[in-house]
Amino acid sequence: MSKNPFTRLLRFLFFAVVVRAVILIALGLTVRHRERLPKDGPAVLAGNHNSNLDALAIMSLMPLRLLPKLRPVAAMDYFFTSSIRGWFATNIIGIIPVKRGSGKEGGNPLALAEEALRRGEILVLFPEGTRGEPETFKQFRKGIGHLAHALPKVPVVPIFMYGLGKALPKGSALLVPFNVTVSVGEPLYGTKSYNEFVDELEASMTALAADEKLPVWE
Amino acid sequence: MTTILGLPANVVYFTAGIYALLALATIVVLFMRWRNPGERYAELMARTDSWWWMIGAFTLAILLNQTVAIVFLGLIAYLALKEYLSLVPTRRIDREVLLFAYLAIPLQFYWAAIDWYNMFIVFIPVWMFLFFPALMALRGQTQGFLRAVGTLSWGLMMTVYTLSHMAWLLVSGDRINPIAGGVGLLFFLVVLTQFNDVAQYCWGKPLGRHKVTPNVSPKKTWEGLIGGIATTTLVAGLVGPYLTPMDWRWSALAGAILGVSGFLGDITMSAMKRDLGVKDTGGLIPGHGGILDRVDSLTYAAPVFVHFIRYFYFP
Repeated sequence: MSKNPFTRLLRFLFFAVVVRAVILIALGLTVRHRERLPKDGPAVLAGNHNSNLDALAIMSLMPLRLLPKLRPVAAMDYFFTSSIRGWFATNIIGIIPVKRGSGKEGGNPLALAEEALRRGEILVLFPEGTRGEPETFKQFRKGIGHLAHALPKVPVVPIFMYGLGKALPKGSALLVPFNVTVSVGEPLYGTKSYNEFVDELEASMTALAADEKLPVWE
Repeated sequence: MTTILGLPANVVYFTAGIYALLALATIVVLFMRWRNPGERYAELMARTDSWWWMIGAFTLAILLNQTVAIVFLGLIAYLALKEYLSLVPTRRIDREVLLFAYLAIPLQFYWAAIDWYNMFIVFIPVWMFLFFPALMALRGQTQGFLRAVGTLSWGLMMTVYTLSHMAWLLVSGDRINPIAGGVGLLFFLVVLTQFNDVAQYCWGKPLGRHKVTPNVSPKKTWEGLIGGIATTTLVAGLVGPYLTPMDWRWSALAGAILGVSGFLGDITMSAMKRDLGVKDTGGLIPGHGGILDRVDSLTYAAPVFVHFIRYFYFP
């Protein structure tokens, strides 16, 4: 993320004005268990992924004072397709890039994310790895388990969201207003094996979803 | 008509009265909480806080000027429709169709703003009613067609159409109400309908024994309903002669009509919530639930009052 004060101001204005206005007027969030959100970094906010708005919605849950610390973890190949897109992703959204598939080559795809947590930052991460079909779960990837296992003192907060996949699903550029339900789970810690952690996180997310009465969308 | 800051004087006095009543209610709630600290009155406190915000926003927007007032009422209709469409089952194929449903809102409120009654009154129940099923048919998916058409038509009527009657009353009321204008009529409708909700709650909470609709809205009792309607009738008879062209008898009758229709709007929305298996329609207003939970009584009271006053008082 840029140290340039002008870009930082742009980022602040983007989140304080544009994102908040869109979320307030076009969407409207009903947040359950807001008190479970971390008060400061380091922390991981782990959401289900259905829409390009997911990261922005999660970031809007946190006070603007923590904005400089908020970093969504996102796939490099999706954002760095053009220089403008790359600039926007890096400086305004403030993403931490992940090279998808680099784990198989022996590297650690989440090395930059781990560094950010050690600096006390708050990551926004989508354990499903990609936006699935609207409003359905995909199996969680193992990356989050490795990250939690490496930093067992960092809370990982599951955040279940419903409605964003209806408002702006994959493959559409047309935003249709829908209310969004956000349910925050109890923080989890990677004290056991990474596989167990991923199962625990997935179970927590499924339980949050099961507590909601969600309308049919087919 | 005497005016204060360009507003009918009676409306200004009435607004001051609302704030005085709200301040009094706040003091009572604070006193109850002081006598009995803890969680028991937390929700009542949240509700009272929200009343300040709602009454603040409503009075400010309505009194500022007519354009702001109409945009504000349109925004309420938009939030209500958004809440409704987010609650009911919808089809993926209708995502873009729903965007058109939202676009009906500015048009409907525009007809109200220019006082084009004939268009205002048929736009949603005729034109939109015909347009959306045809659009859905042209898009080609027949599975779930009837449900999609039914839920969208009812939703547009229950949110946009009914609530837009407030805007029409505000604009056209000037013609028949020399003492307090359209603002006076709108205040009479909205304030008394909301007052009736609170009055039913205040009578029902301590005295309620006999349930009116145990399957739909188990908290509604005959004691609350009758006490509420009687109180609203009384208050309407007292304030109506200063806010509307009606004398005290007609005002009291209008108050009774508002009480009954408000109750019907409330249980109708409750029936929908029961069917969908939700307790509140949303979380927009702390202590109250969603916006539909707050305007449910107005969805019936607004059109019923408009047609009552139109039949008897418009030339």
